[in-house]
Amino acid sequence: MPIERLLIANRGEIAVRIIRAARELGIETVQVHSAADADSRAVQLADRAIDIGPPQAAKSYLNVEAILDAAKSAGANAIHPGYGFLAENADFADAVVAAGMAFVGPSGDTIRLMGDKAAARRQAQEAGVPTVPGSDGVIEDMDAAKALAVDLGFPVMIKAAAGGGGRGIRIAHSADEFATLAPQASSEALAAFGDGGIYVEKVIERARHIEVQVLGDGTDVVHCFERECSLQRRRQKVWEEAPSVALKPEVRDGLCASAVALAKSVGYSGAGTIEYLYDDATGDYYFIEMNTRIQVEHPVTEMICGVDLVAEMIRIAGGERLRLSQGDLRAKGHAIEVRLNAEDPANNFMPFPGQIAELTLPDGPGVRFDHMLYRGYQIPPFYDSLLGKLIVWGEDREHAMARLGRALGEMSITGLPTTAPLFQALLGSDDVRASAVHTRWLEPWLEENQHMIMDRGGAAA
Amino acid sequence: MAKHEIRSPIPGTFYRKPAPDQPVFKDVGDTVAKGDTIGLVEVMKTFHEVKADADGTITAFVLDNEEPVMAGQPLAELD
Repeated sequence: MPIERLLIANRGEIAVRIIRAARELGIETVQVHSAADADSRAVQLADRAIDIGPPQAAKSYLNVEAILDAAKSAGANAIHPGYGFLAENADFADAVVAAGMAFVGPSGDTIRLMGDKAAARRQAQEAGVPTVPGSDGVIEDMDAAKALAVDLGFPVMIKAAAGGGGRGIRIAHSADEFATLAPQASSEALAAFGDGGIYVEKVIERARHIEVQVLGDGTDVVHCFERECSLQRRRQKVWEEAPSVALKPEVRDGLCASAVALAKSVGYSGAGTIEYLYDDATGDYYFIEMNTRIQVEHPVTEMICGVDLVAEMIRIAGGERLRLSQGDLRAKGHAIEVRLNAEDPANNFMPFPGQIAELTLPDGPGVRFDHMLYRGYQIPPFYDSLLGKLIVWGEDREHAMARLGRALGEMSITGLPTTAPLFQALLGSDDVRASAVHTRWLEPWLEENQHMIMDRGGAAA
Repeated sequence: MAKHEIRSPIPGTFYRKPAPDQPVFKDVGDTVAKGDTIGLVEVMKTFHEVKADADGTITAFVLDNEEPVMAGQPLAELD
């Protein structure tokens, strides 16, 4: 069923991105929006806009009934969920299909399977993808647990099976420590969650976050190489690159092949990302999870591969086969994306939903800025703080960093604080320049360099 | 005693409860001391406590639970 009219069930910069891809494919666009987004850039750009409810996401962007009603009344024959909101809601994907429309993404069953952490881990193991070494499920016997921990090698993480949000996690650095901490973790879990079950996982110290982009049509799957997103604050990515300079070519080949094998094993359809931890010390990689949607950082892959991932996923949802074979896909140069958030880096990244006063955007060779801004735009306080993404491409990483510095220097956004000063400061870091980073590198660096970032913020304002 | 309004320092969504399945922080008729939390405002997916900036008795909530709020808008009235 070729897609003729696409409803965008999202907002912000990704809605703008989807409208652009659809328009280039000759597809009409219907933008649903909350009352708070009536004057958003996506609403202005779309062929048609439909108000689906009050500002709170639960009453608008998460309101399945209102979205399906809008799609029916507008005569849309497909829905793109973007990222966040309903993008990985299996029941929504099913409901879209049941209503006779195409869902731009994988089937509800695939979303359900990969969204269940334990099921996804089993699926990965069956597809031959390495997972973080640990116990197979819950451990009952403390002696067996200790023997396993010794086998895995210390440090190990003791996790409550029923835990979440970091609660019920202990790290043991030796067998003695394990013997003390494991029963503690179990009784804490019993008190907190009513379930004393624990399991054990190897701690990958100094891990990099590396993820592989895949595209599938339900039968065939290709990969578009990897991204590295090791610079994170509170588990949120702030800076992403493609490719990762940490990987040797043979490691990259194995990693990307494993992602294709996993996606093929579930008959994957659409754009997806398989996330891994990469251990710098050993060169080993471990599956963490699969994201069954387009990701925020997809543009760095587009920049090195010359592929429009959003257009490809729309084509696939419309029933087309993959247009690219693996041999067609070549990575060229290096791309970096930084996330511009409406947050004050000088005040512990406090969100600040202000109004855009002056706006000077960067451009020129190798620069792309995916955003939702215009002069006078009042940022609504109801959604996440992402304003846009500055993406640069260079012949190599050095060149890309030079361009990033140049582009940040051209950019000026006044009226509200943004995270731009953070990226200027990161470009001055020897570790970032050498890519000597891991997922726990950024937070301590921020603490040590708070004053420098504040000074830069002051200079930029 | 003069009427006093507790205002939201930030824009966002006002919550009267710490979590959906828990009781409200404060109800009409409750006495509050300066510094007591009377609700939460969610701005861009982060939560900030709203504290009473005076002592008194709550006579009314201007906004209901989960209503949008602008910076400076009154949330509750004290007597």
